[in-house]
Order: sequence, then structure tokens, then C-alpha cells
Amino acid sequence: MAGLPRRIVKETQRLMQEPVPGISAIPDDSNARYFHVVVAGPEGSPFEGGVFKLELFLPEDYPMSAPKVRFITKIYHPNIDKLGRICLDILKDKWSPALQIRTVLLSIQALLSAPNPDDPLANDVAELWKVNEVEAIRNARDWTRTYAMGN
Amino acid sequence: MSSDDEDYLYDDDSDDSGNESTVNQDEDDDNDDFGMDIGLGEEASGSGGGGGGGLMMMVSGADKKGSDHAHPYEVLSTEQIVEHMVDCIKEVNSVIQIPTTTVRILLNHFKWDKEKLMERYFSDSQEQMFAEAKVVPPYKLGAKAMVAPDLGGRGVSLSAKSTLECEICYLTLPKSLTTALECGHPYCNSCWTEYITSKIMNEGASQSIECPGNCDILVDDVTVMKLVKDSKVKLKYQHLITNSFVDCNRLMRWCPAPDCPNAVKVQFVESRPVKCRCSHLFCFACSENWHDPVRCVLIKRWIKKCDDDSETSNWISANTKECPKCKATIEKDGGCNHMICRNQSCRADFCWVCLGPWEPHGSSWYNCNRYDEDEAKNARDSQEKSRAALQRYLFYCNRYMNHLQSLKFENNLYSMVKDKMDEMQQHNMSWIEVQFLKKAVDILCECRRTLMYTYVFAYYLKRNNQSELFEANQKDLENSTEHLSEYLERDISAENLVDIKQKVQDKFRYCDSRRRVLLDHVHEGYDRDWWVYTSDDITS
Ligand SMILES: [Zn+2]
Ligand SMILES: [Zn+2]
Ligand SMILES: [Zn+2]
Ligand SMILES: [Zn+2]
Ligand SMILES: [Zn+2]
Ligand SMILES: [Zn+2]
Repeated sequence: MAGLPRRIVKETQRLMQEPVPGISAIPDDSNARYFHVVVAGPEGSPFEGGVFKLELFLPEDYPMSAPKVRFITKIYHPNIDKLGRICLDILKDKWSPALQIRTVLLSIQALLSAPNPDDPLANDVAELWKVNEVEAIRNARDWTRTYAMGN
Repeated sequence: MSSDDEDYLYDDDSDDSGNESTVNQDEDDDNDDFGMDIGLGEEASGSGGGGGGGLMMMVSGADKKGSDHAHPYEVLSTEQIVEHMVDCIKEVNSVIQIPTTTVRILLNHFKWDKEKLMERYFSDSQEQMFAEAKVVPPYKLGAKAMVAPDLGGRGVSLSAKSTLECEICYLTLPKSLTTALECGHPYCNSCWTEYITSKIMNEGASQSIECPGNCDILVDDVTVMKLVKDSKVKLKYQHLITNSFVDCNRLMRWCPAPDCPNAVKVQFVESRPVKCRCSHLFCFACSENWHDPVRCVLIKRWIKKCDDDSETSNWISANTKECPKCKATIEKDGGCNHMICRNQSCRADFCWVCLGPWEPHGSSWYNCNRYDEDEAKNARDSQEKSRAALQRYLFYCNRYMNHLQSLKFENNLYSMVKDKMDEMQQHNMSWIEVQFLKKAVDILCECRRTLMYTYVFAYYLKRNNQSELFEANQKDLENSTEHLSEYLERDISAENLVDIKQKVQDKFRYCDSRRRVLLDHVHEGYDRDWWVYTSDDITS
């Protein structure tokens, strides 16, 4: 693991020692900067019961710049687009080197519990979420059942 | 894999701050000669110590202002711009006693309008003002600093231990190698440096660098200058800070020469020549090269036209015509006169000879019998007009370009003349006696520059009696300039050294006087409203 900054080594260790409840993040065997992430849909949310796969990558200048995170499992969510990209301020302009992988994962979990259709990435989803929340939530449940269960 | 005892390796990634015992020590005292202290005491306490280094000056021995007393303008180096900025901040600070970084951000928010800032500060909407400018009000700053800092739950307390873990690199370090702002979030100095550097260099941030901890506290100038050692980064920071100051200040303008860090400050705004220390001469009002006798609006228009029409000279060739419908350029590519416009959204059918629509030509594919039909005539007329306008433009443009081209050989001429001057000095002439040659080249270049812009002026000028006089002046200056140029470039080598001085002086004095006459006439015309501009090119 030559060349891997202490920060990444220690952060990974701590993440393995005290994992975030409901989330697992495991570094790839061949690339310590690449994490296989699995997030359980939070209880009480339309994503409950679903198991969502994500990928997380620590760029060269991490922690000066934010990790790159993307949903691999399809998800019906106003702040996540078709390609799985996530609209989350701490992944963009609000990133700070004092934040961690842990913070990012917690924020993503929180985003699943509380979608924010006023700051949308997927416009059609956000639109429906605002106009007809019942139907939007039903769609989210359907997608969860179709794509995020039994795998 | 690693255990905590390895953590005590605070040297391994600190290339430039590793040898420094603590950022709080004023190790930069030697820089204070050119140093501006913009940390005025109170804000220095939380951040970076005694306020020695503020926005430190990188360049020593900066010229003092006002090198040219005859003209009411100053060339300011980056340091002097900072000085002005600091004066401005101090002035506000003497009334409103809040941290200088906060004052600077507020002033920036109000585009450096001190009065506006004061007005808002003393109004009921003070709190709202702080919010709009995205700064923490100073009274809240105080409160925050008193709340015990959250040290990330790692259980390291500032007071209890002499070491703490940096939350960015996860190294455990002596407290003396860390820095915290008023909010009390400590990070190691090398992480701070890396963080601030990345904000400045990658994001171009200067006014709005926040503490990496989850808080809005802004990094102040003193801290930035203490932590950043790389002079490239420091310069960029200074430039970013001063940029908005200069941009907002109507009386200041950056020198437009590439990579020149200077700005020019005038007493009042007008179209006038200003010369930077880098020797670039430009118009204060519009930043273009000094363009007498044309006015700023016209030179702007001309430059834009030249950019837009750079292709025009290519399609003037006899083998192209414009489509009578969409004006796209059409090239005749065969013997057939039936043209179909290449523009996919037009596809007009027309006749190459008469430019009328093709349809009435019927099946006579190779000759045209409709040359005098009205429709065809109109199409030709309009084409004729645009051709004439183009010809006219090219006439002036060629002359303009010709002088521009000649000016590019300026340096050759100067070095040629320098050789001549050396030669003359070897023939017992004093240094001062041979300066006339350099002066001759100076004047030659000035004349070329003026001539170049007279063609822009002439292009936009409508004919009247005064414009004819102008053209006569232009011709005189053109001739005398060519004589001088020819003499300096060619004839001079054949001359007897003694004769040269008289001849050169006669010639350049004459040129100079013709130039004055021309400029005075144009300026008089401005005062007396003689000049009427052609309407076609002049909109807006
Ligand atoms: Zn650190
Ligand atoms: Zn802080
Ligand atoms: Zn300059
Ligand atoms: Zn101008
Ligand atoms: Zn056409
Ligand atoms: Zn015809």
C-alpha cells in the first residue's frame, strides 16, 4: 500500500472498527481508494427493505477535494439522477477536508430518509414529489422492490 | 497495520513548515520593511499572533509613487495597491471597530463604497447586512470563541494535553504545530497550508476561505500570510484580494500588458494616455493601446469589426458572390450558371450572371437573358453596395495594418540606430550628442501610431470640408513619415556622419510638427462638432 496517505489508512481502519449502522464500506482489494458501499434503506422511508449499492472513490488530492460517490443500484429519488449521481452540498462546494467518508455516508443515509425536492437533480422525480407526493412515494417503493431487493 | 505510536511522525509530510516551531512566532520580521499590517490588533489574537506580517510584500524596493510629476496619475505596484486598500480599510476601521478581514469583506460587498457601508452599518438592517455579505457579525464571533470547541470526539482536549490529532491528516502533533481560528478548530500547519493553497490556486478563493471545521469562520489575511510560504501562492492571493478592489475602483485600472502586475490610478476618469512602468502606453478610459485621434467608441467598434471581418479579404475574389437570398458566400464551381445556395436552410436557386431567381430562366442552363429584369437588377445593386462597402473597408484596413506591421519592426530599428550611435561616439561625438537618433525613432513610431489610428477615424468619417482638410493633413504626415523612415532605414549609412545630425533633426521635427497639426485639427473638430460619422456602421 505504498503511497497511500496516513489519513486514508487510518480513516479506513476506523471505518472498519466502528462501522456506521446500516452502512458497509469496504475498500477494493486492488485499489485502496475505491470503496464498495452498501446502504440499507432507512426505516420508515420508501426505501425501507432495499439494499443500495454505491461506489465511492477517493481522488488523488483527497481530503482536499471531496470523495466521488455514485449509486449503482437504480433509485427513485429527487436528489439522485439516472446515472446515480447525488446532489449533496458536502460533495460539492461545502466539502471540507475535516469531513470524512463517514460523514458522507451518514449524509447520504439522511438524504434517503428526507428527500429534498426543492434542490433537485432528477427534475421529473422532484416535480412529481412536489405535486403528488403519494404517487412519488409509491414509485420509490416500486423501484426499491424492483431494483434493490433480493440480490 | 499501523499503531498509534507511529502517529508522532509530524515531520513526514511537512516540507516547508516542518522546521518552524510555531506559526505564532514572528519569524518574518525581516519582511516587515515592506509589510502591510492589515491585522489591526484585535483579530490577530485568535489567528496568527502579533500582526507582524499582514499582507506581506514580496517585492522589495518598490518605487515610490509619483515618478512622473508632470502628469496627474500614478502607476501602482501590487504592494501600493494593497497599501491603498489598507488605507481604505483603516479609514472605515477607525469608525467601525470590527476585525479588518470583516471590514474588507464588507467593503468588497459594497464595491468599496465606504459611505454605503457606513450607512448600512449604522442603520436598523445591520444584521441583515452581515448576512448578505456572508460574514459572521463580530459580536457573534466573540460568542462563538467562548464556546468550547468541538474537537471531533477524539477526546483530545487542548488544555489537558500538549498534543492533539489533526482531523485532516490524522497525525498526532504537538499543539505548537497547529493553528486554530477564533472558533478553536485546530489543524496542523501543513494541512492548513495545503488547504488554503488549494482554495487559492484551484478555486481562486480569497475573501471566502472558511475554517475546515463545520463553521463559517473566515480565514483572515494574517493567517493566510503566516501559513502560506510559497511566493507564487502569496502573489495570487494578493492579486485576488486586490482584483476586486481595482475593478470596483473607477479611478484605477490594471495595466493591460500581459503579465503586468501594475495598475494606474488617475485623479478623474477620462480618455487619456497613461504609461505603465512596463512602458505600455494605453488609454485609461478603454484600456486599448493609446489611440489618438480616434475616440474610444470608434476604436472599440473598429477592433470588433476587424475581428469579425478577418475572413472578408478571402471572399473578395472574383469567384465568389453572395446568395441573393441569405447572403451566404457562393463559389462558382462549374460552367453552369444555375446556382443552388449551399446553405442547407436556404437552397435558393439563382442565376450566377444576373443574380435573379433561376426559375424564369427556364431551360437555358448556360446563358442568361434576363440581365435587365428588375428583380435581378435589385439583387445586383445590393450586392454592388456590399462590395463597395467592403472595398472601402479594405482600403482603410490595409493602411491601418500596414502601419501596425511597420511598428512591429520597431525593435529592429532601435537596435540599428543603436549601432549607429555607437559608431558616432567612436568618432568623437558625446553620448548626449547622439541621442537625437533615438529621438528620431521615438518620433517615427509615434507618427506611425497616429497614422494607423487616422485610418480608423477616416473610415467612419463622412465627407465634408473639414474631412478634406483632415485628409490633406493625413497625406502630409504620411509622406513626411515615409521620408523619415526611409532615411533612417536606408540613406543614413551612406551619409557623412556630420551631415546626419542636421538632416535627421530636420526630418523628425517636421514629422512631429505635422503630427501636431493633424491631432490639433481633429481635436478642434471634436470641440466644434465638425465630424460627422457614417451611419451604416454606426449603430448603438
Ligand atoms: Zn494535519
Ligand atoms: Zn472552525
Ligand atoms: Zn504595465
Ligand atoms: Zn480609449
Ligand atoms: Zn442562400
Ligand atoms: Zn440570369
